[in-house]
Amino acid sequence: MLRAVGATLAVLLALAQTAVADTTDPQADFKAFRAYFTKRFPKVPLNDFVNGPYSMDADLRKQWVAIDEFPPYQFALDKGQEMFGTPFKNGKTYGDCFANKGIGIRQNYPYFDEKTGEIITLELALNRCRQANGEEALSYVKDDMAALTAYMAFTSRGQPFDIKIPSDPRALAAYENGKKYFYSRRGQLNFACSSCHVQSPGEHIHTEVLAPALGIVAALPIYRSEWGGMGTTSRRLLTCNSQTRGVPLEPQDENYRDVEYFLSYMSNGLPISGPGARP
Amino acid sequence: MKSILAALIVATLAAITLAEPSLAASTETDYKTALAAAEAAEKEAGNLKNQWLPTEQALAAAKKAAAANDFDAAVKQAQQAETLAKASIFQAKEQDDAWKAAVIR
Amino acid sequence: MASTIRVRATNSGDTTEVQALVQHPMDSGYVKDASGNLIPPHHIDVVQFEHGGKTVFTALWGPAVAKDPYVKFSFKGAQKGDDLTVSWVDNKGQSDTLTTKIQ
Repeated sequence: MLRAVGATLAVLLALAQTAVADTTDPQADFKAFRAYFTKRFPKVPLNDFVNGPYSMDADLRKQWVAIDEFPPYQFALDKGQEMFGTPFKNGKTYGDCFANKGIGIRQNYPYFDEKTGEIITLELALNRCRQANGEEALSYVKDDMAALTAYMAFTSRGQPFDIKIPSDPRALAAYENGKKYFYSRRGQLNFACSSCHVQSPGEHIHTEVLAPALGIVAALPIYRSEWGGMGTTSRRLLTCNSQTRGVPLEPQDENYRDVEYFLSYMSNGLPISGPGARP
Repeated sequence: MKSILAALIVATLAAITLAEPSLAASTETDYKTALAAAEAAEKEAGNLKNQWLPTEQALAAAKKAAAANDFDAAVKQAQQAETLAKASIFQAKEQDDAWKAAVIR
Repeated sequence: MASTIRVRATNSGDTTEVQALVQHPMDSGYVKDASGNLIPPHHIDVVQFEHGGKTVFTALWGPAVAKDPYVKFSFKGAQKGDDLTVSWVDNKGQSDTLTTKIQ
């Protein structure tokens, strides 16, 4: 009898485990994700995770505080503001494409579009806005896109991430795909996003300090001293890929958008801090 | 026992020496076969969205060597590319399920 | 076109603290572009800060200074509301200048 009970328990446990592995439960993921980082770094205030490596390393932080008095992204920010305010040839502006004229809305991106069933990032929305108004799309990795998103992030500073995952199977599938992308190893070096940003935040890789995955998207776009310029979310993801010796996908590939969706959802409640400056 | 071992060694050496001439001097046909195999594997890796940079580099090196009529080097690079591409396919298929083990729970 | 110079000067009694950021490629002449060609040298040579007709700070920059350079220094003898003029000249003879009020 006892044995029978034991066997039933074992079967039940096994069932429960497969259930954990195979259902998509963003809320449970969110709780576990946040708990992992806050437990691992009990001294880092929650809202400080958005400052990436500076939340991990006191010396770096000192340099950053000095740099931020006169931030290197200032030129991009000024340019973005100017671009944002300049009408297209048809007289419309970027603001006409967005809620609240595009001011203070960065924290709502990326979002799930119920009409098309796909994830819309801010960068994608900006290019769609340009195309809808008869303008050429901008490069996703170059300065103009970084300038525009820098300005839009700046007007949203301090606003908490508010990413929604509606109970639509397509939204859940996109979320799950982003999560899979984040945890899958790739490239000749066999690294997943999580190999660095979950396993080793605060550790050094070459001379850099790795940022925690929690809040990692909040500071984008960033002025990266290593790049000698600004970089968009697209650029950040592409470079991560090539650093694992993988061939990067096209900017705004479905996988990239989904992983941004996943990471942004994991950062819900954390404030937008972009544009950022990183070593 | 010792003599058997010695005989084996001699036989192996002889085999290697005898085989040498047929290994030498790859032809353009060898190269085209090797390249086709490598490109097919790399295409499959592309469908899985998991190509590797060194595969691309080896493919480029193979084409460059072939253009210079160095088919020995070209075949070697193409085979290297195929090996790398197959490794990337293996990685992608393995990770299709293995990623779940890394998830924060 | 917007100015290539951003400057902020704040007076606190005795000393005036100046911070400036200049937008410039600062190509050293030793770096190659994506197709392997050397990018010709293009860098600021001299930066000057003037107050009341007197040069208060001169920096001789060159190929070893990074892109979009930043400088910070302080000097004595200025009042709030005074003019401070920043100017730079690069190795191609291009230049820019900007005057700001000390806060």
